[in-house]
Amino acid sequence: MSIDTSKVATTTSGAVSSKPTKVGAVATWADERLGLGTAMKKNLRKVFPDHWSFMLGEVALWSFVVLLLTGVFLTLWFHPSMAEVAYQGSYDQFRGVEMSDAMASTMHISFDVRGGLLMRQMHHWAAMLFIAAMMVHLLRVYFTGAYRKPREINWVIGSLLLLLGTLEGFTGYSLPDDLLSGTGIRAADGFMKSIPVVGTYLSFFLFGGEFPGESIIPRLYTIHVLLIPGVLLALIAAHMLLLVSHKHTQWPGPGRTENNVVGYPLMPVYMAKAGGFFFIVFGVTALMGGLLGINPIWKYGPYDPTKITAGLQPDWYMGWPDGALRIMPGIESHIGGYTIAWNVFLPIIVLPGVMFTILMLLPFLESWITGDKREHHLLERPRNAPTRTAVMVSLMTFYGLMWAAGGNDLIAIHFDLSINQITYFMRVLVFVGPAIAFYITRRWCISLQRHDNAVLTHGRETGVINRSPEGGYSEKHEAVSAERAYTLTSRPRDEVYSIAADKDANGVQRPTGRLSGLRERLSHLWFADNVQKPTQEEYDEGQEHLAHADHDDHAELGSKH
Amino acid sequence: MSDLTPHDDSHEDVPASVEPVQDPGLPEHTWRPTDVDEKAEKRAERQVAGMFGLSIVSVVLFFVVYFTADVGDDWTTFLGLGASNVGLGVFLGLALLLIGAGVIQWARKLMSDHEMVEMRHAIASPEEDRAATLAALDAGLTDAGIARRPLVRNSLFAAVGVVALSPIVLLRDLGQTNAQVTEEAEYPGAGLEHTVWAAGMRVVRDAVGTPVKAADLQIGDLVNAQPEAIFPTEENGYPDLEGAPLQIAKSKAAIVVVRMDQDAYVPGEGRENWDVDGIVAYSKICTHVGCPISLYERTTHHLLCPCHQSTFDLSDSGRVVFGPAGRHLPQLPLDVDDEGYLISRSDFTEPVGPSYWERDSKPIGEQGEADV
Repeated sequence: MSIDTSKVATTTSGAVSSKPTKVGAVATWADERLGLGTAMKKNLRKVFPDHWSFMLGEVALWSFVVLLLTGVFLTLWFHPSMAEVAYQGSYDQFRGVEMSDAMASTMHISFDVRGGLLMRQMHHWAAMLFIAAMMVHLLRVYFTGAYRKPREINWVIGSLLLLLGTLEGFTGYSLPDDLLSGTGIRAADGFMKSIPVVGTYLSFFLFGGEFPGESIIPRLYTIHVLLIPGVLLALIAAHMLLLVSHKHTQWPGPGRTENNVVGYPLMPVYMAKAGGFFFIVFGVTALMGGLLGINPIWKYGPYDPTKITAGLQPDWYMGWPDGALRIMPGIESHIGGYTIAWNVFLPIIVLPGVMFTILMLLPFLESWITGDKREHHLLERPRNAPTRTAVMVSLMTFYGLMWAAGGNDLIAIHFDLSINQITYFMRVLVFVGPAIAFYITRRWCISLQRHDNAVLTHGRETGVINRSPEGGYSEKHEAVSAERAYTLTSRPRDEVYSIAADKDANGVQRPTGRLSGLRERLSHLWFADNVQKPTQEEYDEGQEHLAHADHDDHAELGSKH
Repeated sequence: MSDLTPHDDSHEDVPASVEPVQDPGLPEHTWRPTDVDEKAEKRAERQVAGMFGLSIVSVVLFFVVYFTADVGDDWTTFLGLGASNVGLGVFLGLALLLIGAGVIQWARKLMSDHEMVEMRHAIASPEEDRAATLAALDAGLTDAGIARRPLVRNSLFAAVGVVALSPIVLLRDLGQTNAQVTEEAEYPGAGLEHTVWAAGMRVVRDAVGTPVKAADLQIGDLVNAQPEAIFPTEENGYPDLEGAPLQIAKSKAAIVVVRMDQDAYVPGEGRENWDVDGIVAYSKICTHVGCPISLYERTTHHLLCPCHQSTFDLSDSGRVVFGPAGRHLPQLPLDVDDEGYLISRSDFTEPVGPSYWERDSKPIGEQGEADV
């Protein structure tokens, strides 16, 4: 670039005046009372690396702030009460209809408070954005290997945030006490009752007696506005503190190592970018709340335990256990006068618990299999950890199929298919699908690795076709830049664990445990098929070959590769 | 720039020579037009300030909409939508987006874009710090005599453990148990094993409460019905029912009444007299997780639950023919009174709704007779 840089000094001079400024005076006043100067010294100009995918967690954080703000607005009018009242608000069709005070006050917010409907819809959209952003952020962290040591604890905290966020969403959409949410609460009552031994006790304690009682809405309200948000706030604070103390991960590249972090300073660049991004997230939720309707309770009507509508769906993030519930065969055991409802207990109580446990264990399982106890601050491309990537794609496939099963009635209606056949098909597919996805993803990653090596040793395809004097055609290959080549090779070589080679520094065989054999097999699965980056000889040979390719055996190269 | 001293590469276990490509180092910084061209700089400044200005305009419009667009029973519309909601949302959204975009533009164009390098420190504390902490911990524990005084230690653990039980006990009054609710019977049909149905109670339509005459039902008809006790009047003499007891009663007693061809109906063992000329009644509450069931296919006599698609055959004791439910629908024994209205012969002979641990599940033939 031929830009005249002679005038640079006038715009970005960093000269610091020695005269005390107003800001300096305030800072001194504060430091003499708070003593935060030392901590701020390091953190004000803390460096954050730049990549679009690092923004996903920010979406989750900012949508949580939007939830707090809009939620406080809603509490000013919402009555968490199940007392029966006759609706007297503006919505003609319900005037005089008996409904709970919770429903009536939600109607009041929607129709008689200016901006009330906007805040309700923003709150609901922000909740969906919150959970969706957490999920995508989780996938980013997983696929890039950012959850490896030292960040395993933050991975567990993040998983808990997702779990709590889901519960928070459920308690939230249950509060208006409309027909849809009331049916959801009733199903939840059925879920609780399916728990062996203590099921009815849990249900009767939560509902204050028999379903539906008159306690559930006030109790869910306390859980929704106090208990879960409090825990969420504490966990988010811990999540952020660990982020700051670990420093952010970064992508490998020229000048970026495991020992440094390259990027822009918190003050002012990241403060501006992150702060600005808060307004973007807030603004997008406001636009959604203004233009996209969500949860129109006046179309569902007040809850009545004898009524139902067709095509019932929970909020989307509750869809996958609902799908499991739909395709589970109706198995129930009757033993000595007691009943175990496996058809409910397994898919809705056990399965989500198992899935979240697997999720939280992932970093620990991986480091046990690979034996990798080093700190990692450089991210890995998904292709360079084929088995890791395949594990998550497999889990995603399971999730996606379960989610699709949760819409089996809608699929049947819209595609004119038999709901029975869809259900039987799904029962098989939820097991076969993840296995197929695992195999395809793993092989796909490995061939992408092979492609990277081809680019390194044989150069990139230029699209330029040469015709030789003999009449043969070949494509011209070109060596990639040193920066690109370094970025492609900036990854460790994989080491397959084997019991025989597991010796300490003095060559003495380490003792093997009962699980060593399993670990050896898993490590083999994890690494053995991976393509390693070229050695120096292979790389140099490729470079030399490329330098001469134009003159001699280029046609051969084209046909060979 | 902070700490620039190179760190000890303690976990760099592969020698550099094995690496095919050496680190070319950070690429050279390239200047942006706004760094070197005063015009571009001024333009960026104007763009940022312009966005902030437009944001203020949006907020003013937000206020205008707030005070001019009506809500309530005669609300202003815009493109068929509520003008208040659309206007408030759009102008609030624009106001916020413009601030966000302005700040980010400022950061991208006008703030320094020099990449900085900061060294990482090992996450673990230095060896000597850890040793000192462990020593301090040890000294503290020795001082307290935790190890030397097992009596004190163990009794403390016991005391704290027992104190932790108190909140659990305190939560006991969250609700009565099923056994208590059933025994105290403070409202009609209390407890999971009972409903308000009783021998001789009329079957009434669920929205209006009018009794159902057997002769009025055609083959293929379905009526969503309730017990008459849900609609107490002076005439029928049932006690007042409102609030939670009413909701509880409705949630368990709801039934569907269908009339089918008598030849198609196969009564269950001991249920030979539970229908009235092919009119049968079943609990409307799904035995899966408790949704009310409503989708009836009159040619097959199948009843489908819209929540999870459990399907029950009403011509065959409510048997499950498809879906995740594990149990047939409870059947309500029917009869007619002197005036030809449908009545129940008794309460349900088994609990309605989803399964639970204490539920005694007997096969259809062993559930006993209806009361009358």
